[in-house]
Amino acid sequence: MGTESTFHHGTASTDAKPIIHMEGIKKHFGNVIALNGVTFDVTPGECHCLLGDNGAGKSTFIKTMSGVHKPTAGEIFFEGKPLSFDSPRDAMEAGIATVFQDLAMIPLMSVTRNFFMGREPTKGKWLTKRMDIDRANEITMEEMRKMGINLRAPDQAVGTLSGGERQTVAIARAVHFGAKVLILDEPTSALGVRQTSNVLSTIDRVRKQGVGVVFISHNVRHALAVGDRFTVLNRGQTLGTAVRGEIEASELQELMAGGQEMAQLEGSLGGTV
Amino acid sequence: MVTDTQGAQDERIRDEPFATKLMKRPELGAIGGVILVTVFFLITADSAMFTLSGIMNFLTPSAQLGLLGIAAAMLMIGGEFDLSIGSMVAFAGMVFGVLTVNLGLPLIFAIPLTMVFAALIGAVNGSIVLKTGLPSFIVTLAGLFILRGAALVGLKIFTGGSTQLRGVRDAIEGDWLAPFFSGEAFGGVFTWLADAGMIDTFNNGTPKVTGIPVEILWFVAMAIVATYILLRTPVGNWIFATGGDTSAATNSGVPVRKVKISLFMLTACAAALVAVITVIDAGSTDARRGFMKEFEAIITAVIGGCLLTGGYGSAIGAFFGAIIFGMVTIGLTYTNFDQDWFQIFLGGMLLLAVVFNNVIRKRVTGER
Repeated sequence: MGTESTFHHGTASTDAKPIIHMEGIKKHFGNVIALNGVTFDVTPGECHCLLGDNGAGKSTFIKTMSGVHKPTAGEIFFEGKPLSFDSPRDAMEAGIATVFQDLAMIPLMSVTRNFFMGREPTKGKWLTKRMDIDRANEITMEEMRKMGINLRAPDQAVGTLSGGERQTVAIARAVHFGAKVLILDEPTSALGVRQTSNVLSTIDRVRKQGVGVVFISHNVRHALAVGDRFTVLNRGQTLGTAVRGEIEASELQELMAGGQEMAQLEGSLGGTV
Repeated sequence: MVTDTQGAQDERIRDEPFATKLMKRPELGAIGGVILVTVFFLITADSAMFTLSGIMNFLTPSAQLGLLGIAAAMLMIGGEFDLSIGSMVAFAGMVFGVLTVNLGLPLIFAIPLTMVFAALIGAVNGSIVLKTGLPSFIVTLAGLFILRGAALVGLKIFTGGSTQLRGVRDAIEGDWLAPFFSGEAFGGVFTWLADAGMIDTFNNGTPKVTGIPVEILWFVAMAIVATYILLRTPVGNWIFATGGDTSAATNSGVPVRKVKISLFMLTACAAALVAVITVIDAGSTDARRGFMKEFEAIITAVIGGCLLTGGYGSAIGAFFGAIIFGMVTIGLTYTNFDQDWFQIFLGGMLLLAVVFNNVIRKRVTGER
């Protein structure tokens, strides 16, 4: 599978219970059917790739998963219990963290201030209640070191970081605040080769900490480099899930493009459709 | 490969020179400006400018403007403008005058009521900006005219046709709260210093400076509190985040609406405080009070390092910006220059500050 496969170290246990299980999710916007029966799950410590071309419904699906949209039909089970999220905040509190493409980062602010934005650690009481800058700096440096990035200083502005490093800050932040499921929306789409490899190795580290990673991408090579399972989304429907080692890049590519004979697809997916 | 980059970055830890670190502070420009202006006046102005009384002389207008400027800076960091604060000084002055003179309320009621009035109008400003999504520039420009007009009309109604309301001094005569808002503080210290021969005195032995004008104390206190809030509290982080990128801040759980409305209330209250101080000082209020102060406050904030786009700036910067302002306004009277150079100087200063801030921003964000 080429050199990229070095980003995947150790396989996730296959019999683990899914953290989140989405069954037959449908989402209609007026007369537009954005999702037409999507089934998807993530177990702890696995990286489940959701592949699809532009307009396949990837964004709608992750927004449903992160509580932005409510599904028109279908069920969501979180740790085995049926659940419906009323807001992104609900999903976040349950442990579903989404790193969108804009990263929710502010370039003019320091890494620490971005890291703890909205969730600042405090010390002292009443009038002396203040931000615990030293602890915040310490945690930020430590979390970034865990992800393989040595910051020059915690007060370095996020704007001075590379795209890959910013992505890593966003991921580290989500993990630090207790994400059980981490949804990454095309984290590698705008990055160069070296930065992409940094992000992919970050994903692998996160996965090994027991977090379930949902990796959305339209780049098959990036997905194959870190993924345990691969689900292809086409025209609002899942075309089936393949397990690592059982599918080739070319097959995934064809699935994403659609227009293949179903019989042929079933064969190549090993009957998982 | 990952270890490679770690090695490279480890070396860079020691690499950042002190000058670069300094460049990252938003208030650097303002401090540089203070030094520049001081040197300029040391050369051109009469030496009386930098005696104790001269310094008090230019710090007093600095303080009055600075109270507005620091609030404006905080609002600008939060990503909004308030062009109505100048008119708010007149309007709050009218409210305060009516409460003390017409209704005869003691200061303990009149001042909080004036503040509440101002805060309400600030909250309305903020709500309109948030509800409509229009630029605060245009919404508060409307406020500039409405409040100025309301001050004019209101004064005429309450005084029976005059745009000036007199009698504040008599109305608050002997009020125990008055010394906190007018006159001078630490008079005893200055008498003691004069007796000890450490400061200049008149021939009869009374010190030339009998105390620190209270507005200077308010000004310094506000700069300290604002800086503390901005740099050392979660609320400060929220203000920077709100101004830096509203949607990113919202997605991270920052209460953006609360932050913005509170900041609009703050600028309005700062204007009301200036109104109270200046009205008590003058003993009367008129509809022209605070004229053009909104622009001067914004200039102060920009000289202090605030970006027009929000998310960057400092309260200490605005503090020094206000001092520059006071020095130039008063300082020119100590020189042989025509005083009207003031406006040219001001415009030049603003232009320089904006260009400088832009360069700094690019440096901080690593924009190329």
